[in-house]
Amino acid sequence: MADRDFSKQRKGLVAMDGAMALIVLLVIVQIWLLSAALEGLLAGHTETALPAAIFSGLLFLCCVALTSFVGRVDRESREE
Amino acid sequence: MPFFRKPDSEALWKEEFSIHAADERYVSRRQFTKFLTLASLGMFVGNLWILARSYFTRSAVFPRSMVAGIGEIPVGGVKLFAYPTAADHCILVRTAENEYNAFSQKCTHLSCAVYYEKETNRLACPCHHGYFSAMDGSVLQGPPPRRLPRILLERQGQEFVAIGVKVR
Repeated sequence: MADRDFSKQRKGLVAMDGAMALIVLLVIVQIWLLSAALEGLLAGHTETALPAAIFSGLLFLCCVALTSFVGRVDRESREE
Repeated sequence: MPFFRKPDSEALWKEEFSIHAADERYVSRRQFTKFLTLASLGMFVGNLWILARSYFTRSAVFPRSMVAGIGEIPVGGVKLFAYPTAADHCILVRTAENEYNAFSQKCTHLSCAVYYEKETNRLACPCHHGYFSAMDGSVLQGPPPRRLPRILLERQGQEFVAIGVKVR
C-alpha cells in the first residue's frame, strides 16, 4: 500500500517537474517574442506586433493551464 | 511557563520566533510555477503594449527646419544639426558634388554618436565599431540591428530644409 502511494507521489512529482520545464520553455519563447516585437517597433515594422501579441497570449494561456495542473497534482498528492 | 530558564536551553528569541530562515528561503514548486506564470503575464502585457503603440501612435508631424546652405560644406565635409527637436542630433554629409545625405547621429545599437569617415565613405560608431553606409544609412558591419533613421531633405532656393524623418 505504502509502495503504491510512493509510486503515485513520484509520478506526480515527475509530472510537476515536466510541467515546470514546459512553463520555463514557454516563458523563454515569450521573452524572444517580446524582444522581436520591440525590435520591429523600433525599426518601423509594426506588422509584427499583432501576431506576436496573439501568440504571446496563447502561450500565457498555456502557462495558466499548466500552473493549474501543477496545483491540482500537488493538492492530490498531499491529500493521499 | 517557568520563571527562570535553564542555562542550557535554546535562546528565548529562537523559541519565540516561529519562522526559520531556511524555511523562509525555501521556494516550493507551486510558488515557482506561479512566479513563472506571472512572468508570462508580464511578457503578454508587454506585447499588448507594443501592439497598442504600433496602432495608436499617430504619424508624427515634423517641422520644417533649415539645415545648411548649398555649398556651405565642402565635398566630404559634414555639418551637425538637431532635428526634429534640439535633443535629436543629426549629421549632414556631402558625399559628392551634388549629393547630400542626412541621418540621425544616434547609433541604433547603443545610441553612441556616429561620425563620418571620409576615406571609406561610411558612418562609424566608435563605441562598438558599427559601420553604416553614408549613402542610405544601412548597416555595413558590426552590432547595430537596423539602419540609421534618414532625415528627409528638400532643396528650397539656396538652402536645404529638413522636412521629416524616415525610420525604415
